[in-house]
Amino acid sequence: MSGIRLLVGTHKGAFILTSDGKRQKWDVNGPYFAGLDIYHLKGSPANPDRLYASQTSDWFGQVVHRSDDGGKTFETVSNNFVYDGDPGTHQWYDGTQHPWEFKRVWYFEPSPSDPDTVYAGVEDAALFRSSDGGQTWQELSGLRSVKGNLWQPGAGGMCLHKIILDPKDPDRIYTAISAAGAFRSEDGGQTWRAATRGLRSDFELPDPDADVGHCVHSIAMHPARPDVLFMQKHWDVMRSDNAGEMWYEVSGNLPSDFGFPIAVHAHEPDTVYVVPIKSDSEHFPPDGKLRVYRSRTGGNEWEALTKGLPQANCYVNVLRSALTVDSLDPCGLYFGTTGGQVYASANSGDSWMPIVEDFPAVYSVEVQTLP
Amino acid sequence: MIRVALPTHLRRLANVEREIEIQVEDPVTLRAVLDALEDGYPMLRGTIRDQVTKERRPYIRFFACGEDLSLDSPEAPLPAEVAAGTEPLRIVGAMAGG
Repeated sequence: MSGIRLLVGTHKGAFILTSDGKRQKWDVNGPYFAGLDIYHLKGSPANPDRLYASQTSDWFGQVVHRSDDGGKTFETVSNNFVYDGDPGTHQWYDGTQHPWEFKRVWYFEPSPSDPDTVYAGVEDAALFRSSDGGQTWQELSGLRSVKGNLWQPGAGGMCLHKIILDPKDPDRIYTAISAAGAFRSEDGGQTWRAATRGLRSDFELPDPDADVGHCVHSIAMHPARPDVLFMQKHWDVMRSDNAGEMWYEVSGNLPSDFGFPIAVHAHEPDTVYVVPIKSDSEHFPPDGKLRVYRSRTGGNEWEALTKGLPQANCYVNVLRSALTVDSLDPCGLYFGTTGGQVYASANSGDSWMPIVEDFPAVYSVEVQTLP
Repeated sequence: MIRVALPTHLRRLANVEREIEIQVEDPVTLRAVLDALEDGYPMLRGTIRDQVTKERRPYIRFFACGEDLSLDSPEAPLPAEVAAGTEPLRIVGAMAGG
């Protein structure tokens, strides 16, 4: 029988939650790396026992852990992320130029075909790749050539927080960077261009439709239809039908189009999920009601999914990497909150149950659907 | 042998109990001790000092014999008691927070 493994990164360690395909009863393992910030864990599609985990600390810096047994044990691999050549400068909060400085890994994206190849999105924003299982890292510095000197950190830091590898074209990669934008490479990450046409940031940028500077919170793709992308921007839920060449807004009837994560149903490319948040200054759900919104029409028409979720006095946030879908049928959804709850739905979001309710603040939730 | 006392998180990372003992040739400086520590426990690279510049991480402090050595030159000799192994070099995560 198939199984589910959830990889949960939190403010005070990592946890691994497992269930069978019914997704009703869960075993909780952890904390791993107790007491430390675990920004992200992700498993290799090519070898689900290979996991990568990012541990970060203001005290002790970045540590990268790797597991080859599905999380039973971990070993450290290289944490030496050195920018390619003279890293130069980017824009600082006050408009001056500031040297590029590595701070942490926000996101891992393992290759779909090779467990030893993995991409890392880091702060200050850059993309690194390892082809030896994390023993060494090389920057794909062409990304920062896309007006990197104009990128400026957002409130959460200048982070590269999402990497999407096109399943049909191994040379095509997307990245998303807070307060810089979305970017696309057509040559395996050597050269890049901004993928931001159609985005407007009326309240954040002097030039509302500039090609860089948009605060992209997350992007998502359905693997069967890789030219269609969805985006949760700072404000606005956006869609592109041509691989990011042009975006258009699909916020429709959402109660707020501010939010962080976005995800696409495993089997329905036009079914999209977001978690609306009241505003950029009030990072909690509108009206104290935790609602996942689902569109079955590729955007614009949204329905609130509330069954099993708190509908009063709820003031948690759901961070950008904390919503994900499994590939079972019916599709399972999972999300974690800054209040330490991890919720699961085994029916495409129709109803939810908490798996745990008292974790540390959840940074990320990734799922592995196991045979 | 030089004795090095690590903070909890680094002991766990290095998978060691209490103090580490390492061999360091004269002169016993902070840089020489950290070099030897990282050679013996490569998982500690980058957690105490920057891997490229070798500068101390901001929230890491070095103490020995009741003295704060954090701002001393890494090339300065460590106290004789540390070199003799009668006192440990203490690597400390600075108290910061609320």
